[in-house]
Amino acid sequence: MIAAFEYFAPKTVEEALSLLSKYKEEAKMIAGGQSMLVVMKQRLLTPEYLIDIKGLTALDYIKYDEKQGLRIGALTIHRALEKSPVVQKHFGVLSEMEGNLATIQTRNWGTIGGNLCHSDPAGDPAAVFIALKAKFKLASSGKERIVEADEFSTDYLEADLKPNEMLTEIQVPNPPPHSGTAYEKLMVMKGDMGVIGAAVSITLSGKDSVCQDARIALSNCSSIPLRAKKAEEVLIGKTLNDGLLTEADEVAATEATPPSDVHGSAEYRREMTKVFVKRVAKLALEKAKAA
Amino acid sequence: MKGEMKELKLTVNGKPYELKVKPETLLVDLLRQELKLTGAKVGCLDSACGACTVNIDGKAVRSCSVLALQANGREVITIEGVADGDKLHPIQQAMIDHGAIECGFCTPGMVMSARALLAENPDPTREEVKESIQGNLCADAGYVKYIEAIEIAAKEMRGGQ
Repeated sequence: MIAAFEYFAPKTVEEALSLLSKYKEEAKMIAGGQSMLVVMKQRLLTPEYLIDIKGLTALDYIKYDEKQGLRIGALTIHRALEKSPVVQKHFGVLSEMEGNLATIQTRNWGTIGGNLCHSDPAGDPAAVFIALKAKFKLASSGKERIVEADEFSTDYLEADLKPNEMLTEIQVPNPPPHSGTAYEKLMVMKGDMGVIGAAVSITLSGKDSVCQDARIALSNCSSIPLRAKKAEEVLIGKTLNDGLLTEADEVAATEATPPSDVHGSAEYRREMTKVFVKRVAKLALEKAKAA
Repeated sequence: MKGEMKELKLTVNGKPYELKVKPETLLVDLLRQELKLTGAKVGCLDSACGACTVNIDGKAVRSCSVLALQANGREVITIEGVADGDKLHPIQQAMIDHGAIECGFCTPGMVMSARALLAENPDPTREEVKESIQGNLCADAGYVKYIEAIEIAAKEMRGGQ
C-alpha cells in the first residue's frame, strides 16, 4: 500500500539536517505522520527516503517566560499543548483549538510541527498562530531563519521550507495588554476538519473599545491559511461596535476564495465565513476587555 | 537501501520482541500479520474509525496511522494484553455485564481508548468519557452503553468509590 522507501531515524537534529541536505527533494521528514501517512497510503506522496524525527525528544518542549512568550518545540504532540497548564493560562486559545483538533488518538501522536509543515489550509493551528503573530524557526545545517506564521504556507500542502530545512520551533510573543484571541470552526462532528474556521485577535487601546490592532485568519477559505487583511483594516483604529464587526465579516467573506466540496459550496462557505468572523471577533473582544 | 529490512525492538503486551520489518509496514499490520495479534481491527485503515486503537506508552493511538518502526523502543499494549491472565480487565467485565458489546468489531478499540483514559484520569466526568471514545466509531451507535460501562469500570477501579 505504502510505496517502499529507505528509512532513517536520526538521533539528533544535526543528524536529521545532514540527512536532509544529503537527500534534499528525494527525502521527506515524518513526525507523527497523522496527515502524511494518509497521503502516503494514497501514493500521493512516495518519497525515496523517509527521515523519521518523531523520536527527537530535543524538539519536544513547551517553554514560557514573561519576556519571550511561548516557545513550542516542533515535535510537541497536540495533546501536550491541549493539556499544558502554562498554555491554558497564557494562551488559552491554543488549548481550546487543540481540544477540537481531530481525536485524542491523533492528538496523542501527531505533532504541532508536522501539522504546520503539512500546510493544509483546513488545519486549525496555522490560523491561530497567524492571529497570535507567531514566528516559525526553520533550521538547516549550520543555519537558522525565522518566518512569520502568515508567510509560511505558500500553496495547498506547500510551505516555505527549502528541501534542506526543517521547522524546529514555534515562537508565540506575549500579546500587548487588553488583547484577546479566539478561534472557532464549523464542524459537522466534534473534531472534524472545519468546513471553515476563523481566528481573531483584537487589541484594545485601553478600557474603551478602540481597536488598536486586529488580526483575522481564516482556515479552509483559500489554498493557504488566509489572513483577511482588508477585514483587519476595517477594525483597526475604530471604536468597535456591532455594525463595524458586521462590516468586517462582510469584507472577510470577499477575501475568501473557499473550495466547493461535499462539505459545502463556496457560496455556503462564504456565508459561514461571515457568521464565524463576527462570532469569533465578539469572543476575542470579550476576552480583550476582560484581559 | 530502499526496501531494506530494519531492526525493530519493542515490547508488546509485556513481551520483548526483536524483529526485522520493512520500513513501510504499519504497526497494525505488524501486530495482526507478524505477531498474529488480531484483536486490533482494521476498519478503515484511514485514521477515521478507531477500531485499530492500541496503547503506546500508555496513550491511545491508532495503529493504522503509525509506522511499525515508530514504535521502536516503546511499549505497546493491545486488547490481548489488557486482561490479567483469566481475569478480565474491569473495563472488559463492565462492558460484558452492561451489554456494551454490540457486534464486537469496535469493542477492542473502545476498551483501549477507555483504558488510556482511566490510567490518567481515574474519576472522569461524563464529558471526558465521551471525549475519550470520540475517535472510536460504533456502526451500531451503541455509544450510551459504552459510556455507562466505562463509568461503571471507573468506579470499580476506584474501589467502588
